[in-house]
Parts: sequence; C-alpha cells; structure tokens
Amino acid sequence: MNRRTLLAATAVTLARPALLRAQDPPIHIGLLAPLTGVVAAGGREMVDDFNWYWAQRNNEVAGRKVEVIVEDDGANPDTALQKARRLVEQSKVQMLFGNLLANTGLAVANYVKGTGTPYFIPIIAADDLTQRGRIKNVVRVAGYSASQATRPLADWALKQGYRKIATISQDYAFGHEQCGGLAQVFTEGGGTITAQFWHPINTSDFSSYLGQLANSGVDAIFTMQTGADGTRFLQQYSAFGLKGRIPLMGSMNATDQSVIRTMGPEVEGVVSAAHFAEGSDNPATQAFVRAHVAKFGTIPSLYGFSMYSGAMWVAQALETINGRADDPALLIDTVLKTELTGSPLGRPVKLDAYGNPIYDVQIRKVVKNGDGKYWNVPIATYPNVSQFWTYDPVEYMKQPPYSRTFQGIRRS
Amino acid sequence: MTRRFLVAASGLLVFAVAPLLLPTYQVSVATQVLIFAMLAMAVDILAGFAGRTSLGHGALFGVSAYVTVYWVAVEGGSPWVGVILGVLAATALAAVFALLAIRTSGVYFLLLTLALGMVVWGVCLRWSTVTGGENGLRGAIRPAGLAGQIPFYYAVLAVAAVAGFAAYRFVNSPFGLTLRGIRDGESRMRSLGYNVPLHLFIAFTLSGTLAGTAGALSALFNEFVSPATVSLAQSVQALLMAIVGGIGTLAGAVLGAGVIITLENTVSAYTERWPTVMGSMFVLLMIFAPEGILGSSRALLLRRRQSTPERPNP
Repeated sequence: MNRRTLLAATAVTLARPALLRAQDPPIHIGLLAPLTGVVAAGGREMVDDFNWYWAQRNNEVAGRKVEVIVEDDGANPDTALQKARRLVEQSKVQMLFGNLLANTGLAVANYVKGTGTPYFIPIIAADDLTQRGRIKNVVRVAGYSASQATRPLADWALKQGYRKIATISQDYAFGHEQCGGLAQVFTEGGGTITAQFWHPINTSDFSSYLGQLANSGVDAIFTMQTGADGTRFLQQYSAFGLKGRIPLMGSMNATDQSVIRTMGPEVEGVVSAAHFAEGSDNPATQAFVRAHVAKFGTIPSLYGFSMYSGAMWVAQALETINGRADDPALLIDTVLKTELTGSPLGRPVKLDAYGNPIYDVQIRKVVKNGDGKYWNVPIATYPNVSQFWTYDPVEYMKQPPYSRTFQGIRRS
Repeated sequence: MTRRFLVAASGLLVFAVAPLLLPTYQVSVATQVLIFAMLAMAVDILAGFAGRTSLGHGALFGVSAYVTVYWVAVEGGSPWVGVILGVLAATALAAVFALLAIRTSGVYFLLLTLALGMVVWGVCLRWSTVTGGENGLRGAIRPAGLAGQIPFYYAVLAVAAVAGFAAYRFVNSPFGLTLRGIRDGESRMRSLGYNVPLHLFIAFTLSGTLAGTAGALSALFNEFVSPATVSLAQSVQALLMAIVGGIGTLAGAVLGAGVIITLENTVSAYTERWPTVMGSMFVLLMIFAPEGILGSSRALLLRRRQSTPERPNP
C-alpha cells in the first residue's frame, strides 16, 4: 500500500459515517395539537415553539433530517385517537409528541400502549400517566404532573402564616389534581380548607362564588384556572374589590402568559408556583424570552416553553444514540436517562423513575416589567421537587387519585 | 329487486376485498366508516321513514360504548357480555327516550331528543366516580381473537352487513310501510285505526338497538370512551352522514359515513382549516343536492331513463 492509496483509504473511512448518515432517511415526528376548538390558541403556540426549536437546529439531529408532521386533534379525544393512528400507521412516524387536553392525551396514551410508539407529553399533566397508570413509552419530557407544583405553594402559604384558605377551581380532573396537591399538603401542615368551590369550565359569571368567598373570613384564596376562565376570574376578583383585601394564589396556568398577556393591573401580585418563570433573572431564561419576543412578538407561555424544551430533551437523547430513532425501546431508555441541559430553565433537569421531571419549583409573583408587560417573577425556590413531594412513591400511590370527593384533606 | 340485490352484493364485495388492497391505517378508517354507517342508518330509520329527526342518537351510541368499556375495563368482565350489555343499555335508554318523545313531531321532537341527549352527556361528565368524568374510561378491552386490525374489520363488516339487511327488511316490511304512512300523513293513519304512538315507540327502540350496536363496536375499536362520544356533536355528525348520503335511502348512510370520514381524514392532512372545507361542502350539497348523494343521483338516473322530464314519486 503506497502513500496515495493509504490517504485515499483513510479519507474514505473518515468520510463514511457522514456519507452513511446523509443517506439515512429522515426522522419523522408526529405532533398532535388542538388547532381548532376551544383551546386552539394554546395549540397554535405549541406548534410554533416546537417547530421553532427544530428550525434553530436546521431540522437536523445527529446528521439526520427531522420532519415534523402536524395533525389537528380538534380538542376531541376521538379525533386525537384517529389522528394518532394515522401518524403511526400511515405516516410511520418514529415518535409522537403533544396534545393539550388531558382527555386527548389519555386516549392517545392508551393507543400507544399497544403499539409501543414513544409518546412525549410536555403538556398533558394527568397525574396517573406517570403514576398509577404509568405506560413505559409515555414520557413527560419537560412537562409536569398536575399536583407537583401546587404542593410547594401550600408549604409556602403555611410559611406566610396563612391558616385558613378557600379554593375555587375548574371542575374537571386537571382542577381536582392541582387543587388536591395543595389541599393535602396545606392541611397536613396544620392549615384548614374552609370551603372548596368547583365551577364548570366556561363559567362567565363568578359573582355567586366571589360573594361567598368575600365573606368567608379566610387568610387567602387559591384558584385553579385555565384559558378564558382565568381571564374572567382575575378580572372579576379585582372588580369585586377582593384584590388587595384577600391574597390570591393561583395554579400555574391561572397566571400563565396565555392568560395574562392581554390583561392589565388586575393580575398584579397573584402568587403561583411553577418550574418555569418567564421573569426569572437567569440568563438562559432571559435569552429564551428575548428570542421568543423577537420571533413571535410575545413573551413565551408554559405551552411554548414546554414544547420547546421537550423537543430539546428528545434531540439531546437522539444525539447520544447517534440518531437511531427507529428503535423505540432504545429511544425511550435513553430519554429516561438523559439529563436535560441548556434548556431555558438554565439548570439541568432529570426524570424520576416514573418518567416525570424533577424540578426546582419557583414560587412566582406577577409584576410589571420594564416594557410595561406583566410577567411572573420568582420570589422563592423549592429545589428538587418530584411529583411525589416528600412522600414515598409506593406509599403515595396507595391513596386514590385526587377527585372532587378525594382531596387528601387531613382534618385536625 | 334483483338490481338492488346486485348493488348490495357489489357494495359488500368492495368492503370485503378492501383490507386486501389497503394499508392498515385505511383499514381502520374503513372500520370507522362501517361503525358510523350503522349509527347513521339508525338515524335514517327515524328521520327518513318515520319523519322524526333525532338529535339524541349520539347519546344512545355513547351509552352503549360507556357500558361496554365499563364492563370490561372496570368490572373485568368478558367483552362479549360487555357488548350485549351495551346494546341492551342503549335499547333500554331508547325506550325511555321514545316514551318521552314520540308524541311530539317536527322541531319539538328535535329539541326534545337534543335535550335528552344533553342530559346523558351531563351525567357522563359529572358522574366522575363511574364514568371517569372528562377523562373518560379506557383499557385493553378487545377480545383476543379480534385484536388485529383485519380480523376486527371483518367482524365489524359481518355485524354491519347483518344489521344493514335487518334494517332494510324492517323498513320494507308492512310495519315499515306503516311508518312511512305516519311520516306522510299522521292523522290519516290515526283515523285508519293504526296505533301511531306504538309504531313510533317500536321504531325508536329498534333504532336505539342499532345505534347501541354501533356504539359497542366503537368501544371495542377505540378501547376508549369519553363525554365527547355522547356529545351533541356526535348526534349531529350521524345526522349529517344520513343527510349527505340521502335521507330515507338507508344505503345512503353508508355512503354518507364514507364520504364524511374519508374527507375528514384527507382534508385535515392538507389544511388546518378542514372544518371550513367540510362546512362549505355541506352548504353546497344542501343547495345543489338537497336529497343527498344517493337521493339526487337516483333522481338523476330516473330523469335520464325517462323521456318525460317529470319526476314520478319514488
């Protein structure tokens, strides 16, 4: 072998992985989001931020092209199921991402249980998907379980000296779970819940509830709201003169950008708990917020943050396995082991043994920023909060899931 | 008669060979078409032959699905028994609906069935300890022999064929002719001595059985049920399918279900404005072919066959 052939041989050997990879077929990701129906605005933001992440890396991971196929789930579980079938069986996607409403996510999760397709749920918060009803190939990358963040909020409330609170929440599973986390920790810590109100989704008039809350003599009120209900509740809370009189705590969605973006001073001072706070002074968070404002003209909401970071999580896992997305078991195992770095949170995040992230939960307060916009600024941090709080997972899962009738309340 | 038989046989043949040619996803779409064809047929029996347009059939369909999933996933019972219980529950509920609704007609019947359907929807949503509330019920509930897409499709096809034949015999029986009499002249039928409420009661109940059969099969198909399954949108969907195919044609239900489900699945792949496309299609159809696809094409055929442009009564 003379020098020339050696050089040629070396060149070919070196170039081969790149050549091979270039011939690899693209990775197909199926993205399900509600683009029509009641939560279409949130769905739009999910898609935008998800695509934005992939666009930033030229739709490429580990040398393979990434193609995102978006399907509208219509905020309807039957439609979501049909679209998931279409993505898996016809478009042959290697993984599914998305869904917003818990019932659509649960329908798709039940389907992928049979097919083994990796399904990532940055938005679906239903507790049981990473607890009692866990499915191995369903992973909550960059998402959170419903009762996870309200528990530190309850602890914070106790530390503020609140002893009696009332709650008002939307009457469905997501509300029951978020409120349940708070109610359990608050009462176990010696507090009392004087009243719990459950109102139907799409309540336009809160006056009957607010009247009772105003005279309940409580130290603080907790409200769990999403979407338009959140806007209406915060407006009416202020209009009824309760703002400034009784401190208000909210679920993370109640003061999310998707709700407060269009609102005024009535949102100021509401306290909530979440893993993400757009007003944090962490440089990574601020870089993300600035880029988002430059790209879309809005401060990112939880929907946007979660989809963006979820995509990043899976991309990071794909890089460690060299883009082998075609092996679902390998992909799931790798994602479960991957520690997310470089996310807008500015600190690494791990998954627990059940596929749910462990976060540093921020207690956040809504304040006005330099541009005159309202956003959530952290005022306290609870490090390493898992979905099981301080409980033993096995012991914890013996109690029933939170519902309207079971809120984990301890009576003293 | 023989021509009809030929049409039915060739239709059945198309459905029978479809899975041999189609990829698995399309087979699941075809399964859905058959299930919804049964539901649309149930609506058509009342709307097309008894002149009573129901907006409560989604609830009958959904209750059967709920009972089936509950029996198998929560109680751990056999899926076969679950299906039977589901159909029985839908039939019983249809009997209750019928008792309350048959004395009304026209827009009052429409509103009453709508209200009854909403009651069922409300119960499914709020009775969360049993129905799972907003999140619904789910589990692996398909019987082992039908776990695959293809065997399940053939099972649905068999049930749909039997149900379709039964519905055809039903509407063409003397009983069915009486129903048409009621549709066209209720007071005349009454004065001729027919027991109009009893006829309507039986028709509504049997239509409920058919809707329940569709519902139980959809439960096995989706292995999942939620309040969306019993919602008003479901009832409207079934009615639209019957109307698109052609009210009072029975076979139109299959056509309507096929067109709507196929369009939903193809249009949404190209545009997220698919509800707009569907909506415009319905508007255009109602303007240019108010008798539905089958109704209008029949009329067209008749017109072509006859030298006189006048259209005889069908």
